Amino acid sequence: MSLLHLAIVLPFLAAVFIPFLFKGLRNIHTGWFVLLVPLLLFIYFVQYLPVTRDGETVTKTLEWIPSLGINFIAHVDGLGLLFAMLITGIGALVVLYSIYYLAKEKEALHNFYVYLLMFMGAMLGVVLSDNLIVLYMFWEFTSISSFLLIGYWYDRERSRYGAQKSMLITVFGGLSMLGGIVLLYLMGNTFSIQELIGLSDVLITDPLFIPALILILLGAFTKSAQFPFHIWLPDAMEAPTPVSAYLHSATMVKAGIYLVARMSPVFAESGLWLWLVAGFGIFTLFWGSFNAVKQTDLKAILAYSTISQLGLIMSLLGVGAAALHYDYLDDNIYMVATIAAVFHLINHATFKGSLFMMAGIVDHETGTRDIRKLGGLVNLMPITFTIAIIGSFSMAGLPPFNGFLSKEMFLTGMLSVLELDLFNLNTWGILFPVIAWIASVFTFVYSLKLVFKTFLGKPQFDQLPKKPHEAPIGMLISPLVLISMVVLFGFFPNLLSNSMIKPAVEAILPSLVDAGQEVDVHIYFWHGFQPELFMTLGIILFGIVLYSTLAKWQGVYNRIPERFTLNGLYDRGLARSESGGYRLTSGVMTGFMRTYLVYIFSFFTAILLSTLIIKEGIVYDTSGLAAIQSYEVILALVLVAGAVTILFAKSRLTSIVALGVVGYSVALFFVLFRAPDLALTQLVIETVTVALFLLCFYHLPEISRKEERMRFRFGNAVLSVLVGATMTLIALSAFSQRSDESISQYHIDNVYELAAGGNMVNVILVDFRGFDTLFEICVLGVGALGIYAMVRYRTARSENE
Amino acid sequence: MEFLMCIIVGILFASAVYLILSKSLLRIIIGTGLLSHGAHLLLLTMSGLKTGAAPVLSDNVTSYTDPLPQALVLTAIVISFGVTAFFLVLAYRTYQELGTDNMEEMRGTESHD
Repeated sequence: MSLLHLAIVLPFLAAVFIPFLFKGLRNIHTGWFVLLVPLLLFIYFVQYLPVTRDGETVTKTLEWIPSLGINFIAHVDGLGLLFAMLITGIGALVVLYSIYYLAKEKEALHNFYVYLLMFMGAMLGVVLSDNLIVLYMFWEFTSISSFLLIGYWYDRERSRYGAQKSMLITVFGGLSMLGGIVLLYLMGNTFSIQELIGLSDVLITDPLFIPALILILLGAFTKSAQFPFHIWLPDAMEAPTPVSAYLHSATMVKAGIYLVARMSPVFAESGLWLWLVAGFGIFTLFWGSFNAVKQTDLKAILAYSTISQLGLIMSLLGVGAAALHYDYLDDNIYMVATIAAVFHLINHATFKGSLFMMAGIVDHETGTRDIRKLGGLVNLMPITFTIAIIGSFSMAGLPPFNGFLSKEMFLTGMLSVLELDLFNLNTWGILFPVIAWIASVFTFVYSLKLVFKTFLGKPQFDQLPKKPHEAPIGMLISPLVLISMVVLFGFFPNLLSNSMIKPAVEAILPSLVDAGQEVDVHIYFWHGFQPELFMTLGIILFGIVLYSTLAKWQGVYNRIPERFTLNGLYDRGLARSESGGYRLTSGVMTGFMRTYLVYIFSFFTAILLSTLIIKEGIVYDTSGLAAIQSYEVILALVLVAGAVTILFAKSRLTSIVALGVVGYSVALFFVLFRAPDLALTQLVIETVTVALFLLCFYHLPEISRKEERMRFRFGNAVLSVLVGATMTLIALSAFSQRSDESISQYHIDNVYELAAGGNMVNVILVDFRGFDTLFEICVLGVGALGIYAMVRYRTARSENE
Repeated sequence: MEFLMCIIVGILFASAVYLILSKSLLRIIIGTGLLSHGAHLLLLTMSGLKTGAAPVLSDNVTSYTDPLPQALVLTAIVISFGVTAFFLVLAYRTYQELGTDNMEEMRGTESHD
């Protein structure tokens, strides 16, 4: 257990104390204690920056289940560290913000912070684990904590709906991913990502490669809300705003991005990977931005915007994989896409985080997030307005903010697709820059809408539930920190380039580093009169035109009928599976014992018979059989006659007596088989049993002594004969084939020396296997207690009578 | 002899299952009794029959029958007696409480679903 492992599980450990702090120190907002955790961790992870900057990695192993190849391997490289710093840095700001957002008097803070810390630890585990099984475990932890946080206000119907939706979709993806992980293990015989990367040349030729690729991508796409799995993210906005800022924009939804980036070295040589990641990414970018424009809820706009921005990063990662095919170029221009992906990841966390917090402030201070009711807040909330306008302009890709820089690089990356001549990209590749441009126009429109409809325009304060005013300073600190980073990275992007972006890109494209290529991160404002510049100008121009004519073309959104939307599909699918499940259950679970027994016996026969047949177990060996005497045949006939009599008996007494006949015949067989102890026991037990039967059923006057004869039931008869035949076959093949000598020779040899007894059966029972007998006595004791309780105590109902 | 016993085991099992699938509680309990008889004979048959003298140590005997299955069956006889006794009292009390020994009538009510 190294310090690194401790750092990953620290949030889990801290979560244990939260409820006590909440109950014990009610006067202090629990958030202040929680804040310490991400702050400490952030400081701890900053210390790794010099390590990864020099291209080094740190790996610490903690053995967990070594026999299965599952160990808790913490691996810090540029990519993992970047995410770890985002998680802890944004985490600290979000906790600080939540202290002012959630009132300590009203909210169940202990629940909230336990979930939040659980999420933080899980997320650190995801980005710092090298073992895929451990990664998967933490991955599902993030799904669960996200579910709990979305459903935090569990008395609201929409919260529960959103929580369930996100859980179903992300866990579906998680399970697919587990399938992919298992396939990778089958191919490479290891769960370690670093070892799999070393094997990537071999893996790509494996027939399981494509299924593994698709399954892993399913996990990434569901988590990162890529089309068509994006529908859970808007409903996740029912969570408290700090959660939306943290999980559903800055960190958790980027776990999918992380996974794609992390697995790139394994899969990225494949053309399918490039097409799927880039294709789904670019379409999600368009679909998210197109739908964001029609939303009227501030958080819904931000949710769709997040979907679209995630698509953007995803498409960049996909296109960036093309660089692998050009490892002979001196100046590999295709790397720019991957650099842009990493850079935009950081930028998106800063501007989207601050925008979410802004939306939370507006909601908190005015009581609504509906932009149709908002407007003219600029004079009342000047600081919030400043945050909003910087964040939105950065999101829209306007200079001088960091969003502009990464947007330009994004366009460069998309334009580079035109020069590729692999995987048919030279014919269809033209779609990438075109869709990217259209989506950017919509991004521009909704960014303007977000800030202008809220803060400018005609004030209509009488429609607001609360009288609006500027937020308390504590609530403003976190968004101000984030927004100052937006500006800072805008002016000095090269603060990040060598310290964070370069190590991360090197971790995504290790084969290029091995080929001796330099990851050259140069981010600058002025590219000269390049196509990117004209594209940006076009975006601004068309964006302004579309924004000002919004009212005229908004009707286009109502053209899609509700039936055909993905949400409608999801809702109907869920309702159908519920009713179908209910019908199936009520069809199978009839409530009749007989039905269940039929299932059990049928399954039993099917499994045994098929095993016997498949394994060719039906053998009959006639050597060394015991001789048959005539009286033995007679005894057998008596026994069978007894059993058959029970089947046809009309009276209870007859059946009980016939059972006695069977029992005594069995006892006689024991005598013949040289088993005197068994015979004695069987005789005694049979007598007592028959007496008991008579006591219970014959001497009870209420029950008629006669009973209807059993009606013949064909189904039951067939099943019974099948079970009987199976048992006969098993018995035959059991004594016909022996794999080993009987172990009882030991007992025979040692019965006198070790146990000083002559009767072997008795010695085995009381000495060699004494504990078995002790427990048998316990079972009988428990049975006796049960019987006593049943006879002695009457239910309340019968006493009243 | 072994072959004969295998057939008997099959017949015992078949009649036991047929009884267990019936409606009457008494028949079900008798069925479990037959089932245990079948199982005991099966255990003994598997180990081979009459392969030597009874497993009691004596001076002039060299070959004994296998004592281990016998010990197993002995345990099983006692346990199956315990189970039968428990079932019988359970059935008796069930009849007292519910006034029926018909399994079809003892289905859980809809509200218990």
